[in-house]
Amino acid sequence: MEIPYTVEAHPETGLNNGKIGIWLFLTSEVMLFGALFATFIMLRIGSDGNWAAMQAEAELNIPLATINTAVLIASSLTMVMAWASLMRGQLGRFKLFGWLTVACGGIFLVIKYFEYTAKFEHHHYPESSTFLAIYFAMTGLHALHVIGGMAWNAYFTGPGSKLFHTNRQWLTDRVEHSGLFWHFVDLVWIFLFPVFYLL
Amino acid sequence: MSEHVDIDKQVRIYFLVFGALMVGTAATVGAYYLDVSVPVALTIGLFIATVKASLVACFFMHLIDEKKIIYWTLALTVAFFIALMALPLLTSVTDQVGEFAEVEAHEAH
Repeated sequence: MEIPYTVEAHPETGLNNGKIGIWLFLTSEVMLFGALFATFIMLRIGSDGNWAAMQAEAELNIPLATINTAVLIASSLTMVMAWASLMRGQLGRFKLFGWLTVACGGIFLVIKYFEYTAKFEHHHYPESSTFLAIYFAMTGLHALHVIGGMAWNAYFTGPGSKLFHTNRQWLTDRVEHSGLFWHFVDLVWIFLFPVFYLL
Repeated sequence: MSEHVDIDKQVRIYFLVFGALMVGTAATVGAYYLDVSVPVALTIGLFIATVKASLVACFFMHLIDEKKIIYWTLALTVAFFIALMALPLLTSVTDQVGEFAEVEAHEAH
């Protein structure tokens, strides 16, 4: 049985079902990270002025986090370029930009690994302070999203790209949807970076 | 995103947005080294982050040219998100009002 409205727009929504699905998923993600940001605000307000001391003690690495921010922004560019390549019918360029996006995700995680291990070497664990608890919770959850996005993009760039030869528009739409998730992950980091490292 | 797009124009916009995001990142880090009070630093930092996030949402996520149903869905999400953010702030205000009432009661005695 063929799945309806994978490419053509649903008459009720004017969009294909995948597009509606990914946006509904992203709204739930907004509330997930929103709850954690609300927790962050609550902890910061309730820290009785100790927040700056806890932040300083955590010794977060600003240069590494800045590089990671640039890497994620670059990955967002390669992601839209992958989609644009499919719109132009260029499979080779799509694969190039797709793998570049996955590679950027990998670089982000490697840098995050070095950041985390540096913390652990200094015996800075989630239980060490309220600041580190929320830092590890939010950046850890974000890193899991990066891993998920990498797996999703790797599938469409690798085995999933065969769809190009049978239903190009469907592949283009799928890549647009995975791109929406990837940009959301970038968007969350845009707030995590100043909130934890700079402010 | 609408079906009929000038992809070359789109690509030019993507590169412009990428440049703006990089400049925004540099500005965020630069603002960290300014000698300003915490509330001012918070305002500057969150303002730049909001501008950057808006650029990502509008251009990379194509929200600038999207169907109404997506806008309505997001408007509802934003309303709930604001309520969620207001919760800790309300708690803080309630605590302060409580402390003020305690002081008043103590002074009355």
